[in-house]
Amino acid sequence: MSGLTSSQTIGPFFHHALLRDGQSTVTRPASQGERIIVEGKVTDGDGALVTDAMIEIWQANAAGRYDHPADTQDKPRDPAFHGFGRARTDANGIYRFETVKPGAVPGRGNSLQAPHIAVTIFARGLLNHLSTRLYFADEPLNDSDAVLALVPDAARRQTLIATPVAGAPVKTYRFDIVLQGEGETVFFEI
Amino acid sequence: MSTPDSFNPVPAGTHPAYASPEYKSTILRSPAQPLVRLPHTLTEVTGPQPGADVLGPTVADFTKYNGGEAVGERIIVTGRVLDDYGRPVPHTVLEIWQANAAGRYHHPVDQHAAPLDPHFLGSGRVTTDADGTYRFQSIKPGAYPWKNHHNAWRPNHIHFSLFGPGMATRLITQMYFPGDPLLALDPIYNSIPDAAARQRLVSHFDIEVTQPEYALGYRFDIVLRGRHATPMEN
Repeated sequence: MSGLTSSQTIGPFFHHALLRDGQSTVTRPASQGERIIVEGKVTDGDGALVTDAMIEIWQANAAGRYDHPADTQDKPRDPAFHGFGRARTDANGIYRFETVKPGAVPGRGNSLQAPHIAVTIFARGLLNHLSTRLYFADEPLNDSDAVLALVPDAARRQTLIATPVAGAPVKTYRFDIVLQGEGETVFFEI
Repeated sequence: MSTPDSFNPVPAGTHPAYASPEYKSTILRSPAQPLVRLPHTLTEVTGPQPGADVLGPTVADFTKYNGGEAVGERIIVTGRVLDDYGRPVPHTVLEIWQANAAGRYHHPVDQHAAPLDPHFLGSGRVTTDADGTYRFQSIKPGAYPWKNHHNAWRPNHIHFSLFGPGMATRLITQMYFPGDPLLALDPIYNSIPDAAARQRLVSHFDIEVTQPEYALGYRFDIVLRGRHATPMEN
């Protein structure tokens, strides 16, 4: 095997091609499961707001099944939930998704992964996109999750945990992304 | 349950380093900590397969936006999306965007003093067929200055975004044109360590794709990671 096509930056001018209204709303009226909002701020190595990023998410449905042929689990599909969202950061460096809380999906071997959302970050200055995962602070399965356990430093592991926002009218999780430096988010090579 | 077949690793030198200081925007945006290698799970071997309801309709002709003919050198771009075993990746969406013939993007942030073209939005969306082939027609994009360093100009290029079969195959890349003197000077192109990998981002002029009295043809194949050939250990 050889000859893969290399990655290049998305640049600053992707909006017409990649962004459309409604892409950050992953739910449809008939979607099953608990409605949640996921939002956060993206900052760089100086703590400056990254206002020109594009964020994508990919997740299982509320029952813990991906809308993809490689997921052959005996769990219900949700035709009203496909699990993909795309958003840009705004002038305040904030992105926001409306989605449902994903169910737990299998890990490698016979393990079970804690509920999580795969998060991908694209921006000018990122020659390769960045991959991370969002976990939920109130999930007991986090303690046994094999991917969280790959992060050797427990303090850095916290960068993967989205925290509930008190008093929000719809259950909201905050997930800030730090590209570099103090509090740098853990990114994965996948 | 067993883990579905994983995707092949990326050979060293294929992708740029995050920190590529010659491209100045990487200086504060590249992670300082090493990435954590993640053995693929169901999350990475699956991935978005969004349709037109999410991404928008197919647009394979970029040359006739807003009821008129775009200005510039008409081109046809075609190629195949393959995996690293040479197998076609059928029915996958390519999202495509580029500058106009004068080297300006239809985008409010682009203030380069070159004309906008009312008949060129510079973006579209096509899907590979059962054989992995895609095709669109456009205008050859112009070079444009950027403020990365003294007298910095981007080579002519077209941006591509692809999902492929799983999260592990997600790719955003750029296609370049053969013989472009700016390539050797471009820190983005040169951020790819492997010379052969760099060369694979340069399309080929193809007289068979070229249409008489109409447009020049370029061929650009895109190779994504293939699924591991043998079952994963359990």
